[in-house]
Amino acid sequence: MKQLALEALDAVTHSAATYADTRVMEIRDRQVSTKNGKASHVSSGVSMGLAIRVLAHGCWGFAATDDLTRDGVQAAAALALEIARAGTLAKKQDVTLAPEEKYEAEWVSPIRIDPFTIPVDRNVALLLDIDRELRRNPGVTLAEGGMSFERRRQVFASSLGSLIDQTRYTSGVGYAATAYKDGEIQKRSYPNSFGGQHQLKGYELIDEWELMGNAARIAEEAVALHGADQCPEGEFDLILDSSQLGLQIHESVGHPIELDRVLGSEANYAGMSFLTLDRLRRLRYGSEIVNVVCDARPEHGPGLGTFAFDDEGVPAQSTDIIRDGLFTGYMTSRETAAAIGESRSNGTMRADGWARMPLIRMTNVSLRPGQASLDEVFGGVDHAIYMETNRSWSIDDKRYNFQFGCEIGWEIRHGKRVRMLKNPSYSGISTEFWNACAAIAEPPHWMLWGTPNCGKGQPEQIMGTGHGASPARFRRIKVGGAYAD
Amino acid sequence: MPIEPARCQAIFDQVLRAGRAFGAGDAEAIISAGSSALTRFANNAIHQNVAERSWQLSVRVQMDGRTARATTNRLDDAAIRQVVEEAVALTKLQEPDPALLPLWEDRPAGVSYLRWHEATARVTPTERAQAVAEAIRIVEGAGQTAAGIYSTAEAVFALLNSRGVFAYYPETMANFSITAMAADSSGWAKGSACSHRDLDPAAMARAATGKAQASRDPVELPPGAYTVILEPAAVLDLVGQMFADFSATAISDGRSFLRDRIGAKLFGGNITIHDDAYHPLQAGAPFDGEGVPRRKLALVDRGVVREVAYCRQAAQAAGVEATGHGFPLPNEYGEAPMNIAVAGGETPLEAMIASTARGILVTRLWYIREVDPYEKIMTGMTRDGTFLIEDGRIARGVRNFRFNQALPEMLSNVEAMSPAVRASGEEAFDMVAPAMKVRDFHFTEVTKF
Repeated sequence: MKQLALEALDAVTHSAATYADTRVMEIRDRQVSTKNGKASHVSSGVSMGLAIRVLAHGCWGFAATDDLTRDGVQAAAALALEIARAGTLAKKQDVTLAPEEKYEAEWVSPIRIDPFTIPVDRNVALLLDIDRELRRNPGVTLAEGGMSFERRRQVFASSLGSLIDQTRYTSGVGYAATAYKDGEIQKRSYPNSFGGQHQLKGYELIDEWELMGNAARIAEEAVALHGADQCPEGEFDLILDSSQLGLQIHESVGHPIELDRVLGSEANYAGMSFLTLDRLRRLRYGSEIVNVVCDARPEHGPGLGTFAFDDEGVPAQSTDIIRDGLFTGYMTSRETAAAIGESRSNGTMRADGWARMPLIRMTNVSLRPGQASLDEVFGGVDHAIYMETNRSWSIDDKRYNFQFGCEIGWEIRHGKRVRMLKNPSYSGISTEFWNACAAIAEPPHWMLWGTPNCGKGQPEQIMGTGHGASPARFRRIKVGGAYAD
Repeated sequence: MPIEPARCQAIFDQVLRAGRAFGAGDAEAIISAGSSALTRFANNAIHQNVAERSWQLSVRVQMDGRTARATTNRLDDAAIRQVVEEAVALTKLQEPDPALLPLWEDRPAGVSYLRWHEATARVTPTERAQAVAEAIRIVEGAGQTAAGIYSTAEAVFALLNSRGVFAYYPETMANFSITAMAADSSGWAKGSACSHRDLDPAAMARAATGKAQASRDPVELPPGAYTVILEPAAVLDLVGQMFADFSATAISDGRSFLRDRIGAKLFGGNITIHDDAYHPLQAGAPFDGEGVPRRKLALVDRGVVREVAYCRQAAQAAGVEATGHGFPLPNEYGEAPMNIAVAGGETPLEAMIASTARGILVTRLWYIREVDPYEKIMTGMTRDGTFLIEDGRIARGVRNFRFNQALPEMLSNVEAMSPAVRASGEEAFDMVAPAMKVRDFHFTEVTKF
């Protein structure tokens, strides 16, 4: 793969190119799922290809191919250059890049158990055991479970002289119980909805979550929701579990801090951002206990946004995004960092495969744990509503107005759950919400969640991102609006 | 053509030989091949300009009531043998499934090249850049900022199996989308077609610019129930969210809002919806993930839910014929209609506006998600061109709303429809849809722009 990357680089660097990089990637994956007592999907895949990104005539050109013959590589190189030249027909100024060092490195994400050494029938057997446990509850009408594993090796070479060989292993697991009854559908998921938990780990992830031990509870809750009271409408103190708060961070902090959005690159599709440049180091984003970092370094944890180098060859870094409530930083690339006068990219450029151009993507955008005990989070006020596990999420194209729905809610009085609530939802404006943050749970309750399905770009790219959070309480949040008449 | 029929057959012959060597007589291959290019612009300049070429071979084998799938994008002899070996190994580890049917045997109709346009397959980076430059000139000339894409693609989707099925579908596709931004407003337009010659980027640029101009200095209106006029893209964005539920497997699973509602009158008597892969404004293969030819379905007939899609397995369980909407096996979702055609009316958009004393005109919707799976309540935002209509005229732009709206209620409140067109958005598959005038549409919040 290294040889191929260097050959591809060689094919464009003898031209008008002022900069070029290539990525050769090999991806292996396995998907296993079960449904109501049967294996519903078992598959594996291998994909290998090469991408050439070139800066020529002041414009980007990009071409990707799975034809890895000499002719195929030469054709891709020629196409990348032709595309860059065509860009001059609508150019305002030459692209300039923030400086970066040359790196030669090899890095493999740490795992304890290679998931591809585990036979697929063992994957299926565990999921079917869970499936049986879920369906022991007669109210469960649909039991679903799944696991996914990926090994992704990438060799990056650039005209700066960098040569970086990275291999990342990711694993995911989750299950759900659905209960249909009398024209109503209720669902509970574990450890999280939309596929469960996903991290930069090997098969050890599967063993960490007490999957069987939680199945009976999840089934019971799915069925019990049918008899629960509807979540009330009004303003309440709101407590969120760490997985829902992870998605809240993703949507109302992670996307708005993408500097390419701020500068207009995504205006036609994903949208722009309320975090205009004049707000940097001026905007009171949250209350003083709110601290958010964007951290791709392995020491942050095994997140879906953890790596050694990004797809521009920039080392993983940690950037303060919100410090003591103040907005302090964006996620940048070499091009956008230069555009706002920063001396260096903070290393967030990633592509979702060999066929796509890197974009600014969330790495691990995490809320630092607070100092409150769990008792203080729940019992710090007389009355609150607690919501757990995302069911729906929506936010406007500048990331102001959001609405989230959760699978289950609870009315909390004096720190105790007094009744279950179905169909809970809440909504608000991003900065107003984070400024209402009143308590954040301490480090033992912090979890680094994986969001495997973040979409951005044209053509669209799907990326995994990480979000650390612990349960937190917010003052006077609008609740229940999704079902308002 | 990215891959010719003869090459597909040759690859499949290799798959069959390898399958037999590994003890699998029944095999199916899905071969997809294509190339695509996309010229992306923002801030009145091309900023991302990409192209990709990819092939894929996906092999499923079936042995003693078991099945599994393996996929590769390497097509040399060793890789083909390896992917078959992997599919066989995965299959042997499965428990037999008594409901698994033998491979499909009936041959679909012959190859159609109606949706393949050589000129679209051969559009160059320079041609795309010239069209983009002209669109930018129009927007920039109005003192606004343009962002968008112009993409062209060619693709082949082929399915072959050891029972004699050879299904081969070539298609080209072009997309142009543009957002025009003024100081405090924006406008948008998008089109897609199998031939790039059916797109008019300059006209779309003018439309987007006009919307941005007309919606400047937006006012904030209170949330509430409004009469809305949804342009075809907004209808697509929202109505397109419900068709995965027109699936026999989803209904059987209890995850569809149509459970216990087949035959019920859920929508207004003016709503008729078909799934029709052969509609002249539609695109996509005329066969499904097992090679079954797609049948035209009357999903909704004058407000009554009539037909849903059946994959072969769901059809067998129900004692009916498969409709040709199954996903490639193995899968957990079964099937879904994906070539939607909503019957339109005869009221032009301008006449809808003229007939509205007070209402909201919506260009497009954004970030639509399901709030309630059985009531089919959807939430989302308006975007890029939202207007107040007063006394039959567009009065001014308004700040964008959040909606929470049950689809059955919305489709029971349709007062008028335009003729249906091929609509293209970002929230659902392209479909044939009209503009709709809808009373009592639920806007629940307002954002800050």
